[in-house]
Amino acid sequence: MTTAPILRINELTKSFGGVMAVNDVTFDVAPGAIVGLIGPNGAGKTTVFNLITGNYRPDKGHIVFHGQSIVHLRTNKIVSLGIARTFQTIRLFQNMSVLENVLAGCHCRMQSGVLGAMFRLPGQKQEERRALQTAVEELDFVGLKAHLDLAARNLSYGNQRLLEIARALATKPRFLVLDEPAGGMNDNETQALVRLIVQIRDRGITVLLIEHDMNLVMRICEKLVVLEYGMMIAQGTPEEIQKDQRVIDAYLGVAEAEDEVF
Amino acid sequence: MKPATVLNIVVVAVLLMAPYWLNPYWVDVLNSIGLYAVLALSLNIILGYAGLFHMGHAAFFAMGTYTTAILNTQFGIPVLWLLPLSGLAAGAFAMIVARPIIHLRGDYLLIVTIGIVEIVRIALVNNVFGITGGANGIFGISRPHLFGHVIRTPHEFYYLIFAFAAATVLLFVRLENSRFGRALNYIREDDTAAEGSGIDTAHYKLVAFVLGAFWAGMAGNIFAAKMTIVSPESFTFWESVVMFTIVILGGSGNIRGVLLGAFLIIGLPEVFREFAGARMLFFGAAMVVMMIFRPKGILPPRARTYCLDFLPETPKGIGR
Repeated sequence: MTTAPILRINELTKSFGGVMAVNDVTFDVAPGAIVGLIGPNGAGKTTVFNLITGNYRPDKGHIVFHGQSIVHLRTNKIVSLGIARTFQTIRLFQNMSVLENVLAGCHCRMQSGVLGAMFRLPGQKQEERRALQTAVEELDFVGLKAHLDLAARNLSYGNQRLLEIARALATKPRFLVLDEPAGGMNDNETQALVRLIVQIRDRGITVLLIEHDMNLVMRICEKLVVLEYGMMIAQGTPEEIQKDQRVIDAYLGVAEAEDEVF
Repeated sequence: MKPATVLNIVVVAVLLMAPYWLNPYWVDVLNSIGLYAVLALSLNIILGYAGLFHMGHAAFFAMGTYTTAILNTQFGIPVLWLLPLSGLAAGAFAMIVARPIIHLRGDYLLIVTIGIVEIVRIALVNNVFGITGGANGIFGISRPHLFGHVIRTPHEFYYLIFAFAAATVLLFVRLENSRFGRALNYIREDDTAAEGSGIDTAHYKLVAFVLGAFWAGMAGNIFAAKMTIVSPESFTFWESVVMFTIVILGGSGNIRGVLLGAFLIIGLPEVFREFAGARMLFFGAAMVVMMIFRPKGILPPRARTYCLDFLPETPKGIGR
């Protein structure tokens, strides 16, 4: 991979109180790749995501997206630059319809404001119509088109995860950050999700994901980054990672340690 | 025709005819209802759509009223010309006071906004810059002229107020069903998810405040014209509470609910005036019961409908 990375993370550090949540993490993501960020619980994976998406400010380090530093930008600005995300704990607009949830993603690609709405200017009407079309297309893409007028809270857990992906895709991202997309999904749903993530990549969107389902991660990721206690302990292809002694120790625990077993 | 359309037509027809059957006292009650309806609709943008607990709306109302009162009495500018200017004054004031507090949530915001309304009232009482007339207020505001006709009686004001209220409803219905209206709802539902979906939440909260204040300022203009006397006691904390209650009780985020709330909260105490002291007791009890059995208000917000006619297989205007 000789192309310039789409995302470059350099010496990223973030502490909460005395806890080093992320400590000197450096890795690149090549455009068009599916990259997995893995590690035991509490390793700082979600913190890395929150740093990328601007929910937290790093204490130190750089995040460069498409050659532009995004460290001091606000979340909405980062989204409009082309980084979309889903949340580990589902954060949908529960009382609003499935369609409206996806329209939220369309928002940052729209222009019209208060006056356009009040006076129904022609540009505003066209824009609304285009947004509705985009929203329906994205729902169709994730397979939720049939449910578009349901309230989001009435969707099954797996479908709520898909809806979050549809909402993220509606922002027309170049880079998609998925935080445990298969969390709470059954085997069939996970299989479908794997196909969906590959389709997203085939649309030219780079994917960075956190996932505990090792089977899924090993199958679709071209590169893995492994964190433990906030530090990066390994990165490489799935084959390399599987053989890495530090990763095996981190996951299975060295002799006496009582670490969680996956 | 859909039942909702029939209901709309009947309500508008009854409101148009109402002054012919009613004496000036009851028309004046309706005028109060109309003004409170506009105020509550403007508060509904902030409190109902965006879910920001703002209990200082009387401050914005006061800014509009006093802008009209001062400019009319000092410079003789015709009252209705001051309608947009009163809105702008209140909107500018909102922008200044809301900017630093916009990140506060829930009860914290509530306390700060209560502070704002009290500061404004006390400033008015203390005759700031020597232009507000102190506790006595300002009198001698001229009557509005419209197409060479002087608006003077309650019946004449009725049509001015209800035309303004009707325009407000029409514009706000459109606003609700737009990118802007949805953005405020996303913020109410989940601030973090809204920001993560690319919505500039701080910007939209501020715009909600400024727009709500702009409309309250315009309502203040008409209020000044109707009263011809304005004084700080019209802008107490209690006024903010009444507006807040109209929105919450009627159904925050639902225009029909807010209108109904204005009729009930302002109208019912007048209807039951003969019961003297007991009416407020009854009123308070009714509110308690309401909040237990219908916590989202009498008419909770309904799902929007969208025209998806580009979908071949779905019926037009899908929605619930």
